[in-house]
Amino acid sequence: MKILRNAVAGTLESNDVLVAVSPGGGSVQVDVESIVLEQFGPQILKAVTDVAEIMHVTDAAIRLEDRGALDCTIKARVETALRRAMEAQK
Amino acid sequence: MNKMTSTLGEAIRLAGLRDGMTVSFHHHLRNGDYVLNMVMAEIAAQGIRDLTVQASSLFDCHAPLVDHIRSGVVTGIETDYMNGYIAKSISEGVMPRPVVFRSHGGRPAAITSGRVHIDVAFIAAPAADKMGNANGVDGPAACGSLGYAIPDSRFADKVVILTDFLTDYPLTPASIEETDVDFVVKVDSIGDPKGIVSGTTRMTRDPVALTIARYASRVIQFSGLLKEGFSFQTGAGGASLAVTQYLKPLMKDLGITGSFGLGGITGYLVDMLKEGYFKRLMDVQCFDLQAVESIKANPLHHEVSAVRYASPLAKSALVDSLDVVVLGATQIDTGFNVNVHTDSGGYITGGSGGHSDTAAGAKLSMIVAPLYRARLPIVVDKVLCVSTPGSTVDVLVTQRGVAVNPANTQLKDSLKASGLPLYEIEELKQMAESYTGTPAHNRPMGRVVADVEYRDGSIIDHIGSVIR
Repeated sequence: MKILRNAVAGTLESNDVLVAVSPGGGSVQVDVESIVLEQFGPQILKAVTDVAEIMHVTDAAIRLEDRGALDCTIKARVETALRRAMEAQK
Repeated sequence: MNKMTSTLGEAIRLAGLRDGMTVSFHHHLRNGDYVLNMVMAEIAAQGIRDLTVQASSLFDCHAPLVDHIRSGVVTGIETDYMNGYIAKSISEGVMPRPVVFRSHGGRPAAITSGRVHIDVAFIAAPAADKMGNANGVDGPAACGSLGYAIPDSRFADKVVILTDFLTDYPLTPASIEETDVDFVVKVDSIGDPKGIVSGTTRMTRDPVALTIARYASRVIQFSGLLKEGFSFQTGAGGASLAVTQYLKPLMKDLGITGSFGLGGITGYLVDMLKEGYFKRLMDVQCFDLQAVESIKANPLHHEVSAVRYASPLAKSALVDSLDVVVLGATQIDTGFNVNVHTDSGGYITGGSGGHSDTAAGAKLSMIVAPLYRARLPIVVDKVLCVSTPGSTVDVLVTQRGVAVNPANTQLKDSLKASGLPLYEIEELKQMAESYTGTPAHNRPMGRVVADVEYRDGSIIDHIGSVIR
């Protein structure tokens, strides 16, 4: 699946995450900023890469500003941002 | 006799303030207070150093204290609560000597027993006369009760009243009496009303907080304490405050009248007083404008001193006659110990206030908190700081379940018929981690930056610096 444009999903509310997706430089790059990075860093990264893999995304820059979202929230926000980024421009 | 001084500087000189002394402040003006900064700036200008600031609480508006620490004007801080920039700076190690934390009952106990000696008390007074009679209900910076300032006024060597609203003599009612006051200073403004009290305390609409409050009210309903003469304290936070909303219909159905509401008073308790749900409000601190207006006008709404509110050395205090208290927590461990001093990262963000006093005094002390907050489970193996010992906590209420302290077998039995989702506290911890994952261990703490005194004066815990 190809990333065609920049897209975002989510919010900066507590317990949520803001995900921004843009075309990559040849691979999937994930950049995570989180208030719980120390406690859950690896788990957050895995949630993101799992979704990218399931959606067959191989080339994207994914940036997270996390305010303590659960994995289910992170996955939903990443999936939505990726879908939006794949839609052709209207 | 003339107690009026023309300037604050003159009052400080006349009070005999010298290097190494202790100065005290109350926190009724909360985050709108101008007085502490005004006084400390003048003290610094006079070249006085090595002072201990004995404040009932410190807020973000007191950020200039950090500069006074760096310059050596302030070398000690003793308080019941601190947040904002000053708290962050203390956590990062700005002050060599550890802060001493006390509770709202432990502080007046230490003052009245002489264990804490105040050389000069600087008391912000929303209204005062030329001889120092003062109250909190009149003037542009009205804050209501002056309960936390009363022990300072009685026991400090010298008492300086600062006011921006000078009234005819004699001012009545007087929370602080002329018999205790040495000097009176008229200043332009003692505080920003917007930071002193919120206009109205808003009831939360957060479904998680409302579920917690609904469960909490059901715990009270089945505790056996909800009967004629019921007494109650709750905080102004989301779920705590919402408990009052669910309590009202229960009291109405049972046809009972409470004897008193205690605390930190909000408009919701004022409404319950007006509507006859409680016979009295006993008020050490007003949280909103409705409470300020009520304490001024309603003879059933009483100001009480910090001593009478919660001192463990008083022959009796109001907390000793309290049936139910609803309290918050940043962390609670499987031994029911509660942390309200630091966040999960170890930064100081608060303090006991009346937490440990009411927990010790009340027949039912209840902690209300979401199961997890920004992905961090509320229940942990060991709290980063013991603010309130688990032996004084009866029950934890979350939106997913209720855990009773196993030591309280009677409450455990009483709640069996309640239909509430009852769990062991370890089960709530596992449940939280099933949603959040297991958090990695926190980073190590550095040197001690604060000692936490329990209300009886014993050291209950230490807080370490946050290593960045």
